[in-house]
Amino acid sequence: MRARLPIVCLLLSGCTGVQSALDPGGDQASALFSLFALMMWVCGFVYAVVAAGLIWALWRAWRRSGTDARGDGSATHGTDGRLARLLPLAAGAIVIGLAALITASFFADRALFATRAQPALEVRVTGHQWWWRVQYRGPASGGWIETANEIHLPQGQTVRLVLGAADVIHSFWVPNVAGKLDMIPGRINVLDATARQPGWFRGQCAEFCGLQHAHMALAVKVESPAAFRAWLARQAAPAAAASGRGAAVFATACAACHAIRGTIAGGRAGPDLTHVATRRTIAAGTLTMTRGNLQGWIAQPQAIKPGTSMPAIPLDPADADAVASYLMAMR
Amino acid sequence: MTPDTDRRDRLALTWRDPPGWWGFLTTVDHKRIAARYIVTALLLLFLAGMLALDMRWQLSWAENTRMGPQLYNESFSLHGSTMLFLVSVPAMEAMALWLVPLILGQRNMAFPRLGAFSYWLYLGGVLTLWVAHALDITPDLGWFEYPPLSGPNYAPGHRADIWAQMITFTEVAALCASVNVAATILKMRPPGMTLARMPVFLWAMLVASLMTILSMPAIMLVTSMLIADRLVSTHFFAPAANGDVLLFQHLFWFFGHPEVYIIFIPATGFVSSIVETFARRRLFGHHVLVLAILAIGCLAFGLWVHHMFAAGLPRLGNDFYTAASMAIAVPAGLQIFCWIATMATGRLWLATPMLWVLGFVATFVLGGLSGVMTASAALDLQLTDSYFVVAHFHYVLVGGAMFPLFGAFCYWYPKATGRLMSERWGRVAAALIVGGFNLGFAPMHLLGLMGMPRRVYTYPAGMGWDGLNQVATLGSAVAVTGGLMFVANALLSYWRGAPAGADPWSASTLEWAGESPSPPWNLAYTPVVDSLTPLWDSPTLRVMDGIAIERREVVVTSVIDAAPLYRQKSASPSIWPFVAAWAVTAMFIGSIFTPWAIVAGALPIAAALTGWFWPQRGHAKTGPLRVRS
Repeated sequence: MRARLPIVCLLLSGCTGVQSALDPGGDQASALFSLFALMMWVCGFVYAVVAAGLIWALWRAWRRSGTDARGDGSATHGTDGRLARLLPLAAGAIVIGLAALITASFFADRALFATRAQPALEVRVTGHQWWWRVQYRGPASGGWIETANEIHLPQGQTVRLVLGAADVIHSFWVPNVAGKLDMIPGRINVLDATARQPGWFRGQCAEFCGLQHAHMALAVKVESPAAFRAWLARQAAPAAAASGRGAAVFATACAACHAIRGTIAGGRAGPDLTHVATRRTIAAGTLTMTRGNLQGWIAQPQAIKPGTSMPAIPLDPADADAVASYLMAMR
Repeated sequence: MTPDTDRRDRLALTWRDPPGWWGFLTTVDHKRIAARYIVTALLLLFLAGMLALDMRWQLSWAENTRMGPQLYNESFSLHGSTMLFLVSVPAMEAMALWLVPLILGQRNMAFPRLGAFSYWLYLGGVLTLWVAHALDITPDLGWFEYPPLSGPNYAPGHRADIWAQMITFTEVAALCASVNVAATILKMRPPGMTLARMPVFLWAMLVASLMTILSMPAIMLVTSMLIADRLVSTHFFAPAANGDVLLFQHLFWFFGHPEVYIIFIPATGFVSSIVETFARRRLFGHHVLVLAILAIGCLAFGLWVHHMFAAGLPRLGNDFYTAASMAIAVPAGLQIFCWIATMATGRLWLATPMLWVLGFVATFVLGGLSGVMTASAALDLQLTDSYFVVAHFHYVLVGGAMFPLFGAFCYWYPKATGRLMSERWGRVAAALIVGGFNLGFAPMHLLGLMGMPRRVYTYPAGMGWDGLNQVATLGSAVAVTGGLMFVANALLSYWRGAPAGADPWSASTLEWAGESPSPPWNLAYTPVVDSLTPLWDSPTLRVMDGIAIERREVVVTSVIDAAPLYRQKSASPSIWPFVAAWAVTAMFIGSIFTPWAIVAGALPIAAALTGWFWPQRGHAKTGPLRVRS
């Protein structure tokens, strides 16, 4: 019964979600979901057999309850011979079942890597405590352009995610699209993802990475190739020229850590903010992107995400307001 | 085989402990030492369980503010480290320490003082972790602290060192206990108990001990390397200096996976003993059960990589480790088959220990099946580090090891205390714990599949995780209620339980031959065994004599045939194990702060060991067997 719970749930289709392995929206997640469904059937059957055996044993015990329950234990047992013949059958059945599952696992493993030989759009994602640096190749220049905490995937095309880590181990997991893969300092891991289902999904760091591991989420947008190209072209463009109080305050208070392409701000310690207002969330999924949240985040990052590397910069209210306005114009 | 009063008195004189505190500190009685182990482990089980309940409360609602990130991270780190290193493994060793000499009909362990030393050292580890917690230097990086997160750059302060040294403590203690258990089982079986007549319980304890001896060095090495990175700036795990962070994971899991079976295999021993007794028949498939334990013990060393499927290792090994991990299902499945067959063909008596076994089968099989799923290198990419894995390992560790441990506690409680536990409260507690556990942990499978990662202190609203988390919290609360009832039952029965007599369950193995509670000398005579179930097969237990009762002596037999070889002097009470353990404790704790503690701390250890092993004059050679001392 308990083992069947996910299946029951699937039948009720109550497990759809933006961060769910049960709602596959990509080739790799679909391959894994099929494997999971097979496993559920096989394991559900095995559990039913064991439960039946246990109930059989209890039923026999109940039927014999009239006899002395506390015998000397030395009685011989006529059924042992039959059970002994059953034993190799049980062993054989287990081995055959496992062989089937191992084979299925092997083919699922192959399916995950089926696209590896073909060229694919390369996206670099680097884990930081506690945010994601994301790099695409600019369509015009061919150089790397940077964004953060949000990736866009063209529907139906394979994207090659090149995963690294800047500080400690993280793990890249967007369950609707593909299985997870660790991001390990000193190593590069490669994950191919072919998204099919358009829409917004959510990913989250899966390897404990310190104090704010819980607030390290990734927004994932799967969109048509045309929409993707338009998004990428906009991301590749430098920021619109801006002057005024917001730009000036940003240049003195924020630019040491944050870059905005097209301005003098070139810091690399924090996320690139070139088109920050186009993003869906602030601080790796901690807040949704609104003007109020952004200003709150600038004012009180340690209250919202305790331990974040972003310090609370003392700004007078008018300056904070100006910086928020300046950033909200980064579209 | 009731000894006459004169023999009793003389045995009592020989085997008594000094009175009072001095006796408490110097005792080498395996039962007293094991009782301390078990009481300490149960106390920690309670404390770490309360931490779990607190964490469940925090996770019951999205954005709950009961805990901040630091407190939550400390809580799960302390919960996991305590449960794995200070509760599960030591509790299993304690059961071996208590029961192995009794089931062998021996007077004590092979190395009595080593047993005392291992407890005091374990206590040092317990105090290191929990006193640190009281001083607010709690480790906060989980029960496996992967570098570089635990390295000098990302974990300043001493939290990570406390964790690493706590491991060193418990592993040295576990090695001492395991060497002791293995030597006792191999060399001190009663005459006639050949390897073929050795109960499954002893096989389980032997294999678990050998696995401990083979796997523990890996973790002691890896925590020492971590401490060296932190203390003397080596670069084993520093990527910037060409160190490799995955080396830590390989070494940790080369220990960590066998550890799971070091916890589980003794539990199969408990289950085998309980099933045999309460089915009122000899175990069906004794040889299959023994071979299954040996097979699990071997396979356990070939599948550590399944903890690292998401680390991006070369794919060549994936299918090998998948197959090796799934292969565990063959011996485990055959064990389940044999136990159910024994129950079905015997005359089942559903006393409390047997109820625990039923709860074990119903729960553990689910954990085994979710283990088959996580064993798939492909599917594991969706499951690992999610709540699915949290559910899986609680099903195998609680369902597969703690339920049998609780059953074993109820089963051997009359032998240890001389009193029976209340059956009625025992049944209610078992039902609450088994039911509450399943209610609490089954929803976590679904939570993991729905994307909830482990080790998150909070989650945003709208993920659809709230309801299942509330069910999980409710189930945990039910299980904790049952746990309190279990403890209350054990405490009240200690004073008010009905007298148990020597053998309240009419069981088959030698520990039930003597009086309850067992006196310090265990059995008055050395039993002679000619079957697997000696108390069932012969109306009166045959015994041999010739072992001195005027001084502490045990009989040593051959490894395979258990033929008597010689009489061995058994160590008398001594303060030196206590002193040596505290000298080692001082050195371990000092080395958190300065490498020079290893040099300075070696001197008191050397002095204590010199006192411990100071040569003693041999005694007169009497009796039919030659004497060695």
